[in-house]
Amino acid sequence: MLITKPPEFRASDITSESNYVNRRRFMHDGAVAAGGLLAGSAYGAILPASPEASLADISRSGYSTTEEPNSLEDISTYNNYYEFGTGKADPARNAQEFETRPWTIDVSGHAELTGTFDLDDIVKPHRLEERIYRMRCVEAWSMVIPWVGIPLADVIRRFKPISKAKYVAFETLYDPERMPGQRSRVLDWPYREGLTIAEATHPLTLLAVGLYGKVLPNPNGAPIRLVVPWKYGFKGIKGIVSMRFVETQPATSWEKAASHEYGFYANVNPNVDHPRWSQARERRIGGGLFAAKQPTLMFNGYGEQVARLYEGLDLRRNF
Amino acid sequence: MNTVTQIRFLWKPLVFVFCLGPAVLVVTDAFGITGDLGANPVEAIQDRFGIWGLRFIMITLLVTPLRQITGRSWLARFRRLLGLFAFFYVLMHFLTWLVLDQGLLLSAIAEDIARRPFITIGFTAFLVLISMAATSTNGIRRRMGRRWQQLHYGIYLVGILGVWHFWWQVKLDTSEPALYAAILAVLLGYRAYRSIESRAGRARAKAAARRAGGPGPEPDVGSLAPECD
Repeated sequence: MLITKPPEFRASDITSESNYVNRRRFMHDGAVAAGGLLAGSAYGAILPASPEASLADISRSGYSTTEEPNSLEDISTYNNYYEFGTGKADPARNAQEFETRPWTIDVSGHAELTGTFDLDDIVKPHRLEERIYRMRCVEAWSMVIPWVGIPLADVIRRFKPISKAKYVAFETLYDPERMPGQRSRVLDWPYREGLTIAEATHPLTLLAVGLYGKVLPNPNGAPIRLVVPWKYGFKGIKGIVSMRFVETQPATSWEKAASHEYGFYANVNPNVDHPRWSQARERRIGGGLFAAKQPTLMFNGYGEQVARLYEGLDLRRNF
Repeated sequence: MNTVTQIRFLWKPLVFVFCLGPAVLVVTDAFGITGDLGANPVEAIQDRFGIWGLRFIMITLLVTPLRQITGRSWLARFRRLLGLFAFFYVLMHFLTWLVLDQGLLLSAIAEDIARRPFITIGFTAFLVLISMAATSTNGIRRRMGRRWQQLHYGIYLVGILGVWHFWWQVKLDTSEPALYAAILAVLLGYRAYRSIESRAGRARAKAAARRAGGPGPEPDVGSLAPECD
């Protein structure tokens, strides 16, 4: 497996404010200009609407693990997606009828290019990649998941965030009609998550639209969700409808729900326990009744790629 | 066949078989016969045994109030059976955790019991249940006298600790533990009410007897008296 050194995303890549303001005057905001900029690319990834339709032209990635992925059944029937109920089997049961089209994403905040974009306009200019990643839930279980998606860094680059954009904040759809779990106030809807700009533009960070070479199943966050493999799974916000470039650390749903248990960074860390349970070991799903728990790896085993992001940061305090 | 014999040789065995039902279902689900345990079978088994342990604790606590309200004294004959099933399911819940979840890794187990409050609470409830199960035979009960009943009031503590353990184990959605807390509140609240009532009743009877100049009435052990079965 080839793991290349990730390209640096430098502050100079982000447009300075004065240039931003000048260009802004020149460009109209909104979908018209956006449409012009986004259309007509080299790749044209086709994203079918129906769940489990096949995806074409998927490239392999050096970032994939060689570990055996979990079964599609396990991956799509054991989910934390409270928008469809708080039980693990609820999303598979309740998200069957969930319509993923039409779907738009609002891009806003400190960026040159903002507006409301159709999902296809977001995905089309990019080549789909298969990324087989480990996923570690904060509840101390884990899976290996063969995602199909596009690097968030490439998407962000198109919107040209300016230097004020220190963080990227995401939101899930809020629609209690279509998402019955949102009728209960177990979380403060809509689901919110966020990353630092460095984390968001890291080559590992993925916007996933597929699984096992097919369109993402509904229980996994269709039609588009975030995957940040070195963090606990709850950072992987599902059903994204909003991406905002902000200056200060955004509020996130689990931090709001229980700030002494769930933090903003949520890096997988066997040395920092959850207040109520140990994070030193995890149960790998699919191992059967008698499989032992396995040791949890720092940064979920992606330390070589991401440790440099946290040099000098106290990871016990910034959990 | 008289009622006592009927209960002993017909009804109790039937109830026994029914109480075993949830455990049988866990096994048949594990083998895919009646359903399946899902992607995380260890968690599913542990949760199933745990919730039935809690349910049987509630059912056991329901026996005396039911008997008092309906006047059907034969209900008391099932109390030990139900209590032992509560112990059985809690034991299976604990063994699943010990063997399947923790893999008999003693250091991790000791650390969890000592440092995770919800596990400390659960383990304490389990210890109380062990002491009650171990002293549940007729012979031991006779030999222990009054101390037996004092020990077996421990079921109230087990109920409270059990609900508490469940509440603190849940990640965020406390609706199910809240339901059991409400049930427990009713079951214990009823007893508290009966106890206050009967104490007041005894006080009134004593005062009346003193006024009449005679000896007081036979001391009544109250609504919390143990049942022979």
